[in-house]
Amino acid sequence: MTQRQVLQVFEQYQKSRTQFVQSIAELATRPQNIETLQNAGVMSLLRPLLLDVVPTIQQTAALALGRLANYNDDLAEAVVKGDILPQLVYSLAEQNRFYKKAAAFVLRAVAKHSPELAQAVVDCGALDALVISLEEFDPGVKEAAAWALGYIARHNGELSQAVVDAGAVPLLVLCVQEPEVALKRIAASSLSDISKHSPELAQTVVDAGAIAHLAQMILNPDAKLKRQVFSALSQIAKHSVDLAEMVVEAEIFPAVLGCLKDPDEYVRKNVATLMREITKHTPELSQLIVNAGGVAAVIDYIGDCQGHVRLPGIMMLGYVAAHSENLAMAVIVSKGVPQLAICLVEEQEEHIKSATAWAFGQIGRHTPEHARAVAVANVLPKLLVLYMDTDSSEDLQVKAKKALKSILQKCTYLPALEPMLHEAPSNVLKHVVCQFSKVLPHDSKARRLFVTSGGLKKVQEIKADPGSALREYVSAINNCYPEEIVRYYSPGYSETLLERVDKYQPV
Amino acid sequence: MANLLRLQNNIGQVKEDFFRTNRISEDYRYDETFAAVQIQSWFRGCQLRDFLRHLHRNATIIQKIWRGYRARACFRQTLKTAYFMMKMNFFNEMAVRIQRRWRGFYVRKYVHNYHARRHYLEGLARKNEQVRRDLEEFGEIQRRVREHSEMERKERERCDLAQKMHHLLSTQQRPGVFNSPFRVRPHEMELRMRSVEPALIKAALQKRKSLQGLLGTNLDLHTTQPLPPIPSRKPQGPFCEAMEVQKQRHRPLEPSLRVATSITALAEAREDLRGQERAGRNSARPFQPFSNAHKSRKYEGMIHTCTLYDQVAYGSKHFREENLEKLQGKAVKTGAL
Repeated sequence: MTQRQVLQVFEQYQKSRTQFVQSIAELATRPQNIETLQNAGVMSLLRPLLLDVVPTIQQTAALALGRLANYNDDLAEAVVKGDILPQLVYSLAEQNRFYKKAAAFVLRAVAKHSPELAQAVVDCGALDALVISLEEFDPGVKEAAAWALGYIARHNGELSQAVVDAGAVPLLVLCVQEPEVALKRIAASSLSDISKHSPELAQTVVDAGAIAHLAQMILNPDAKLKRQVFSALSQIAKHSVDLAEMVVEAEIFPAVLGCLKDPDEYVRKNVATLMREITKHTPELSQLIVNAGGVAAVIDYIGDCQGHVRLPGIMMLGYVAAHSENLAMAVIVSKGVPQLAICLVEEQEEHIKSATAWAFGQIGRHTPEHARAVAVANVLPKLLVLYMDTDSSEDLQVKAKKALKSILQKCTYLPALEPMLHEAPSNVLKHVVCQFSKVLPHDSKARRLFVTSGGLKKVQEIKADPGSALREYVSAINNCYPEEIVRYYSPGYSETLLERVDKYQPV
Repeated sequence: MANLLRLQNNIGQVKEDFFRTNRISEDYRYDETFAAVQIQSWFRGCQLRDFLRHLHRNATIIQKIWRGYRARACFRQTLKTAYFMMKMNFFNEMAVRIQRRWRGFYVRKYVHNYHARRHYLEGLARKNEQVRRDLEEFGEIQRRVREHSEMERKERERCDLAQKMHHLLSTQQRPGVFNSPFRVRPHEMELRMRSVEPALIKAALQKRKSLQGLLGTNLDLHTTQPLPPIPSRKPQGPFCEAMEVQKQRHRPLEPSLRVATSITALAEAREDLRGQERAGRNSARPFQPFSNAHKSRKYEGMIHTCTLYDQVAYGSKHFREENLEKLQGKAVKTGAL
């Protein structure tokens, strides 16, 4: 036996190992193979290969593991139970950058499925290793580490706090400043995931100076980066007034409106979400956005898009209008009501409809002027239909009813109220009749119109329990008219007349 | 005697009479006593009733007077209260009137200023219009840029394709695939292939260029610009510096103050002042001194009268309470409030 022959055996073994891991990694890309691989016991075979002497085999094994763990949570659990994570974490600190990337990928794939799995990743000390790899020179490694951190922080406040405690935030902020777009994107997404849970976490992100760097990237041409940036800003702004003010102070305001015209719909959605999160806090912040022309831009944006993308815009209009009557008037002046009315008709999904109904309630509840603007857009019958529809969800019905009630209690625009008299059920009718009873005593033209349009007849047909509010309103209306007219329109008047004819004896 | 005799003769009769009268009187005695008691009781009753009536009459008089006194006192009290209430109502009404005016003013001025709000909403509408226009333009520009880059990309792809398929270009002898003789004109690809260089040639050119770069020499001499001609000899003589000559030649005119001032300067300055005054004025009618003097002119009495019909000077009007010597012995009613 020569030395060459001995070495050939090793070479052959190495070659076949390499081939094995490569083909496993290849097979793991297709979902249909996963089950077969799992049943063949791929986990126990891959684990020793992670500790192989050849770095290429290690990397490829990690890659294959990552792909398997990415597929579903059973496999991810298998990775956790196989005690693979400590090995990965250990080698994350030791090995070359390719291996680090692959290891971070496995950690990410495991952590993505559930809070328990993410906790398992944290428990084996992955956070420190990941944070150290955030300081790596290679952007690919940083990206993988930031991604894994983001997936861990995504699940809940405690995990997020653990990520913050590991000191990831300042490094993520540094990553945001890197020139690579992919890295920026992932870092912004991780910051968004960290700050979404609680005001304290968001404050930590803000204290690391994230807002200024995020705000700089608003005009970046890359759409996916913009998505993450706006998402991060809105997650920061949503918690408290102070944080929202910090976001506004980054002078994002006239600039973000341009992003409402972005071709990417998620960018538009996230911009609208950001504006919604800022406006919901105080009237002053809403006023600021209104003065910057934000309401007009959002209304245009609602007109341009379809479906779930509209939702944050609609809610933003509702929040702005809810603060004060002046702001609600600003929404009306910006031609928001017709656009919302279109949304109410066009949208199929219940939750968007209920958000629209809510927004209408907020716009119309302030003064008769506001209610009139809503009523002129012919919204009341649509809301009534939504309320009466038995297919509507309970939430939608409640929202539609509340909106109807708050608008009707202010509405003095009688042409819009007339049709409601004929269609509304008694609990809505109460408010309609109440409005008539308030307006008619003071308006002679309206009294006349009310008779000729058949409203008075309808009012006489209403069966109200004696002593109820509805009965009071009806009698208040009846008091505005001469008795003969009221009697003439009362049901059964013709029979009484005929009876009188029968009883009459000519002299 | 005769009487005695007659009596003795009639003793029996007398006795009988005596007993009869006694019996009769005995018979009526009870009735008569009862009648006497009746009469007495009636009389006494009348007497007592009369006395009681007398007492009642007197009591009524006393009560009447007392009640009248009480009622009058009470009425006075009620009247006082009613008067007080009336005054209070009046004052309240006046207070409401003042408050109404003040609140209206305050709200219009500071809380809900209609004009300011209308102005704001108009401004907002304008701003919205502008934002919409800007965004529309911005979107349009972005769209155009996207279309342009898309078009460029396609063009590049087609060029690449043409380069790759350059061998299918028709020659003089033989028409190519894209240049069928049955077509009216050659295919677009044919034209494109004519215009581009084949990929191989391009690669060769690149190689050559990189070689040039390595050698550091520029083989293509025609790309450089010719240098400017070298100026001839320096001029002789003790001349000033060229810059100085230039400055002297282009020195601006410096007229004296008298020449510089216009001949109508004074009149112009006056007109200017007047114009400034007019521009700075707030009201159309300027303030003129003594324009209200006629209002404070005092009434001048006629020569032939001695009465003063003019008003007493300010401060001599006073309320009743203040003039105490006129109210000697009268209760001074100080403010009801």
